Amino acid sequence: MVFHLDKCIGCHTCSIACKNVWTDRRGAEYMWWNNVETKPGTGYPTKWEDQDKYQGGWKLNGSGGLDIRSTSKTKIVPNIFHNPHMPGMDDYYEPWTYDYQNLFNAPEGSDQPTAEPISMIDGEKIDVQSGPNWDDDLGGSPIYAENDPNLDGLTEQQRLQLSSVERLVFFYLPRICNHCLNPCCVASCPSGALYKRGEDGIVLIDQQKCRAWRSCVAACPYKKTYFNWFTGKSEKCILCFPRLETGQAPACFHSCVGRIRYLGVLLYDAERLEAVAKLPDDELVEGHRSLILDPHDPEVISEALENGVSEAVIESAQNSPVYRFVKEWRIALPPHIEYRTLPMLFYVPPMSPVQASRSEDTITHSSDNLFHDIDESRVPMKFLASLFGAGHEGVVRYALAKQKAVRWHRRAETVGDVDRETADRMLREADCSREEADAIYRLTSLCTFEDRFVIPPMHREQAIEMMKEPHEHREEAGFGFVGGPRRGL
Amino acid sequence: MNAPILDTFLFVALPYVCLFTFLLMTIHRYRAQSFSYSSLSSQFLENRLHFWAVVPFHYGILAVTAGHLIAFLIPRGILVWNSHPLRLYVLEISALACGLLTLIGLGGLLVRRAMTSRLRRVTTVTDWILFGMLLVQTAGGVAIAVFRPWGSSWFASNLSPYLWSVLMLNPDLSYVTGMPILVRAHIVLAFVIIGFFPFTRLVHLLVIPNPYLWRKPQVVRWYGRR
Repeated sequence: MVFHLDKCIGCHTCSIACKNVWTDRRGAEYMWWNNVETKPGTGYPTKWEDQDKYQGGWKLNGSGGLDIRSTSKTKIVPNIFHNPHMPGMDDYYEPWTYDYQNLFNAPEGSDQPTAEPISMIDGEKIDVQSGPNWDDDLGGSPIYAENDPNLDGLTEQQRLQLSSVERLVFFYLPRICNHCLNPCCVASCPSGALYKRGEDGIVLIDQQKCRAWRSCVAACPYKKTYFNWFTGKSEKCILCFPRLETGQAPACFHSCVGRIRYLGVLLYDAERLEAVAKLPDDELVEGHRSLILDPHDPEVISEALENGVSEAVIESAQNSPVYRFVKEWRIALPPHIEYRTLPMLFYVPPMSPVQASRSEDTITHSSDNLFHDIDESRVPMKFLASLFGAGHEGVVRYALAKQKAVRWHRRAETVGDVDRETADRMLREADCSREEADAIYRLTSLCTFEDRFVIPPMHREQAIEMMKEPHEHREEAGFGFVGGPRRGL
Repeated sequence: MNAPILDTFLFVALPYVCLFTFLLMTIHRYRAQSFSYSSLSSQFLENRLHFWAVVPFHYGILAVTAGHLIAFLIPRGILVWNSHPLRLYVLEISALACGLLTLIGLGGLLVRRAMTSRLRRVTTVTDWILFGMLLVQTAGGVAIAVFRPWGSSWFASNLSPYLWSVLMLNPDLSYVTGMPILVRAHIVLAFVIIGFFPFTRLVHLLVIPNPYLWRKPQVVRWYGRR
């Protein structure tokens, strides 16, 4: 999966599509499997990136192994009754609706009846204090933007600049489950209810096996597993697998207005997973990238076939837009790789407005350094590096420089206000060829549905055929529960 | 005159009814209603009192139940241990402490559920009946420890044989007929709770995740192969 942040307009269409399809149910009202955050901002649940508070993800232990930060195997036994790091509902928000009935039933009086907010949990009237996207578009605000955990690495001056009115800046960060290669939620489940699907890598929670120990909620550093308070089961993004299996893009991908989302197959070397997850922070991004195998390499193809990967999947991997963004062009980066879950959702970091430099009475945007607006951009590189580079700026600068070079290359090609020589110099400095720049441009700007979503057929019918008569299966199969997910008596 | 009939009902018929209900219904529910085979955690809705109530309750009741179980399984061992007064005092006091811990935790749980309107929404009638029974049972247990001391010894010498006789399908009433009313009530309620067990959230203690500590961290499932 790739999310191209430079294209995200923060319209929340993805969130609504997901909410309508999956979480418009009792117990799930507060869940946003897909949410869009404003950065800098505190996000949802509030300050989810602050792992001193939430203790999510993995950490290296003294002997070079990986431990789950919240409840490692030794810690789960004494903490099984009360999970010490589980976020409560107030860390998200209390979902509410409005008392619309009052508009019809209110006794006659001298005032217009109003529909007051009432809690969707207990039906009591509530004073709404927070909600999803409460920090929407509030870049520079003192209670939201200034409390973004990613600002920790910034200097005092940089922080001040971020909140000064003339330099206010923000961008959007849409988030779904990353369907990690080394998922902490799976590893933390005492019941073994969470699992990764072998065929497509989707991480799911077996609702029959989940016994409400709540470890996954605390363990996921991205806070993308949620506890359904009504059914007593954890739930998470299922990457719309019923849609994927029939060749359709997930609802959030499908509905994306800015067309920022790309979905495709990546072949990876599972045997090196553990070694990569233990690399030092500054080698994680490259290590993660090195796990992804070249689907054109004959050796990889024959190995894959030998391991039972179907030809259709290999073909999809060869046409995968994700492979191009992540591996070929190296401009898509994993979020917070320092949590060591090896996320499989990659972000193309956003370009931000140029920081004007004032010389005497005129404001100029030019400089001898061709990439000055990246180095001096309004969103400090350190901030982006904290999000996408485990604190290291190199990989982020590479991705931004290449994006800028592509823009200037296209300007030289089509508008002509940039001379060819400068554009070529930029391409060279950004480690990009003209062909590559054109390819990036096409997949970024002119991409069709088929370019963005290259989904291989799942061949479930073949798997089913081996088990029983397909027509018989068709009559019996369906999603969901026969009796509905009810509890107790 | 009526006493023997009542005794036969309470200490022979009732235990068997409860034990069989327990056995059949736990299996049946696991097969038919596997989805709800857990306790509905409310930590998400109320995260602060949860710690102060749930943790003492669980540690307390685990210790107390383990104590009952040990006295049931190895009564001789308990009697040998108690042959020295100091050891008897230590056992009695720690048992009472664990009982009080359970009682305090349970009280906390009840107050927490009753006072938080969010939690009342996730508490069923079954839950309230169960909490009531547990409260009476725990309070009764603590009362026995206070007013009928040296229970560790007389449990081992008198109640353990009775329980074994029930288990061996040859119930011997002579052990319980002379017991004080407090103790008899405790026994009866214990069986009722066992019978009620499969219909409540208590089933979660049968699905304690023991393989977790030994399994590999990551779980992968395949459809077609392997």
